[in-house]
Amino acid sequence: MSTTVNPRMPQTIDEADIPVWSHRPKVTPKKVKGPIRNLKWLVMAVLLGIYWGVPWLRFDRGPFAPDQAILIDMPGRKAYFLWFEIWPQEVYIVTLLLIVAAIGLFAVTAMLGRVWCGYTCPQTVWTDLFMTVERWIEGDRAQRIKLDKAPWSVSKLGKRLAKHAAWLFIGMMTGGAWILYFNDAPTVVPEFVTGQAGFAVYATVGFLTFTTWLMAGVARENVCMYMCPYARFQSAMFDQDTLAVTYHTARGEKRGKHKANESWEGRGHCIDCRQCVEVCPTGVDIREGLQMGCISCGLCVDACNSIMDRVGLPHGLIAYDTERNVELMAAGKPRKWNFFRLRTVGYLAVFAVAGMGVLYGLVSRAPLDAAVIADRNPLYVRLSNGDLRNGFTVKVLNKSTSPHTVTLSLTGLEGGEIVVPGHEGEAAPSVEVAPDAVAAIRAFVKLAPANWKGEPIDFEFTVTDPTRDLSVSVPTRFEGPTK
Amino acid sequence: MAENRKYEVDPVTGSPIHPYTWDGIGELETPPPRWWVLTYAVCVLFAIAWWVAYPAWPYIAGYTKGVLGYSTRADVAEQLAAAKAAQAPMNDKLAKLDYAAIAADPELMTFATAGGKALFGENCAQCHGSGAAGNVGYPNLLDDDWLWGGDYATLEATIMHGVRSTVDADTRQSQMPAFGKDGILTREQVDDVAAYVLSLAGTAPADAAAAEKGKAVFADNCVACHGDAGQGLRDFGAPKLTDSIWLYSGDPKAVAAQIWNPRHGVMPAWAGRLDPLAIKKLVIYVHGLGGGE
Repeated sequence: MSTTVNPRMPQTIDEADIPVWSHRPKVTPKKVKGPIRNLKWLVMAVLLGIYWGVPWLRFDRGPFAPDQAILIDMPGRKAYFLWFEIWPQEVYIVTLLLIVAAIGLFAVTAMLGRVWCGYTCPQTVWTDLFMTVERWIEGDRAQRIKLDKAPWSVSKLGKRLAKHAAWLFIGMMTGGAWILYFNDAPTVVPEFVTGQAGFAVYATVGFLTFTTWLMAGVARENVCMYMCPYARFQSAMFDQDTLAVTYHTARGEKRGKHKANESWEGRGHCIDCRQCVEVCPTGVDIREGLQMGCISCGLCVDACNSIMDRVGLPHGLIAYDTERNVELMAAGKPRKWNFFRLRTVGYLAVFAVAGMGVLYGLVSRAPLDAAVIADRNPLYVRLSNGDLRNGFTVKVLNKSTSPHTVTLSLTGLEGGEIVVPGHEGEAAPSVEVAPDAVAAIRAFVKLAPANWKGEPIDFEFTVTDPTRDLSVSVPTRFEGPTK
Repeated sequence: MAENRKYEVDPVTGSPIHPYTWDGIGELETPPPRWWVLTYAVCVLFAIAWWVAYPAWPYIAGYTKGVLGYSTRADVAEQLAAAKAAQAPMNDKLAKLDYAAIAADPELMTFATAGGKALFGENCAQCHGSGAAGNVGYPNLLDDDWLWGGDYATLEATIMHGVRSTVDADTRQSQMPAFGKDGILTREQVDDVAAYVLSLAGTAPADAAAAEKGKAVFADNCVACHGDAGQGLRDFGAPKLTDSIWLYSGDPKAVAAQIWNPRHGVMPAWAGRLDPLAIKKLVIYVHGLGGGE
């Protein structure tokens, strides 16, 4: 980081001249061509394609469940992901998934620097898309700066209106498409168009259209500089072997203007054309070194290489490189890559272990579960024939997509008799549980006084699904008068 | 403000340094970002608009009402009305159907039971307990023993008209004579018949001879209401004496005291206090507690 003091900075300022708010210069990035720009186009197309296409994928789950491959059903409190289905009580799997994603991000950052920021972060992808549209309507950097300074006219107003209308339209088509993950896509789109969708759908689309316009159109690099926490703490993952957009100071300095046929002896290769600054979407000067504003998108690499071609020098004055290589090259030694080191291997190992944990949790998820709530007020009831009776609510969770009949029985309560209202006379009452539902079954357990020894008896409710050979036992306790 | 002071500029950040310094430490006057200043201004304007639109400022005997005429009480009333309207289809169905038809509809049963539970907590729990387990003198509603009967129709009649109510002509009436206090039986006879009654319930009497003597006393004085085998009589609300359930405790002294000078509980008649639908829900709730017949 540069701490050079600008000699033109005034030493004092009048109180009246202190601004009410700070004047951050507007960033007006210039168009750039090159292999990295092409890679970014490709990544943008693939990511937006995935985002838009995935809700339309179908996946057959039978008659009782939705057939959308990826769907978060908020009213039904279920999330469907291909073969997997997550209930609210399994949200910890999502938490684990986020932890796995975070560790994966750390591993990638330690190896390749901020590639997430530069290529795949939604803020970057959408900002890039919005800037492209802006360039189509208002022209490239020079024309846009001119337009910004120009007084208001019909032509300026027309361009501005066209730009914001296009942005809002893209915001609705992309940001608004988020609802497709929460609704059946082929149903909600015609409903949306014909005005038959619910208030929540329109409100969500409206809000996401507005925020997409605000973040990608208006706030842009300010999100990375002021809002994003990841930008602030990823320096913790960096070391001298991490890939980053790097200006080779030893080769570039001392910079200065260069005339054709002038000798390169005794000066650096940087001709101070400022192309690297003009194309930067966050407006930083990479020649000042690695800094918080650099999202590692590499557009300055493309810009600098095209200039190097023109002045007949080799590529790579600005390049994806490591701090170690910068030092090695400055000392005239060959580059050394060191991607797999203790830090990155450690991240990858944790990533693999946690990822397998999540996978195991999803694969081993039982389709039948149960919980038992014992009555606490009162603990027991004395019946007229002297029997003791405890009341329970047995909750049976059928996590499969078809209805199933389960039977209730007791394990470890000698002489205990189970009575389910509506199923009197059944030794092991059978109850049908609807698909993807929780059944709350009221169950009374009776015990003859001869079997009561004055101590609470631990026993288990066993919920069995004989057709699928599944069984769950839930421990609980029989209470009665104690001595 | 009138005085136009000179601020020194911090050479590193370019921000002015406030002239007040403490031990040589100054504070930077870095201007906030524009969006922040504008958002702040909008918030201030919003607050002022809020004061105008909604109730805001208290004064000694009231408060500013706001031009929109909003009040939280009206809001609650509206929400209650909306909840009532949402329940209306279920309530109408419940009011129309008889108990047998309701019992055959699990959804209706769940609705009625939930409503009954709330009504029970408000109206019945004071005597019968929040878990309906009763207390000495207040019947336990969870067990399978009923003084007046535990089927839907009987429960409804009991709740509507109460027990020994002073205001309802159709109330359930019964009175056991004060055998000791009024001199019908001697102290010894009362103790004997108490021992006999306990033996009916399966408790081995401390004094078998007394129980034997009590049998004759029982036959002469008690069978008219409690039955020749102590099986009770629901028409009179006469408790069954052969089971393990005692309204006023099964302790020998308590049984003797109840014969000497009986206590009689009173239950209010709910017909005028609760509407028929509420009583229906209560009946379904109490019937479902575990002892319904």
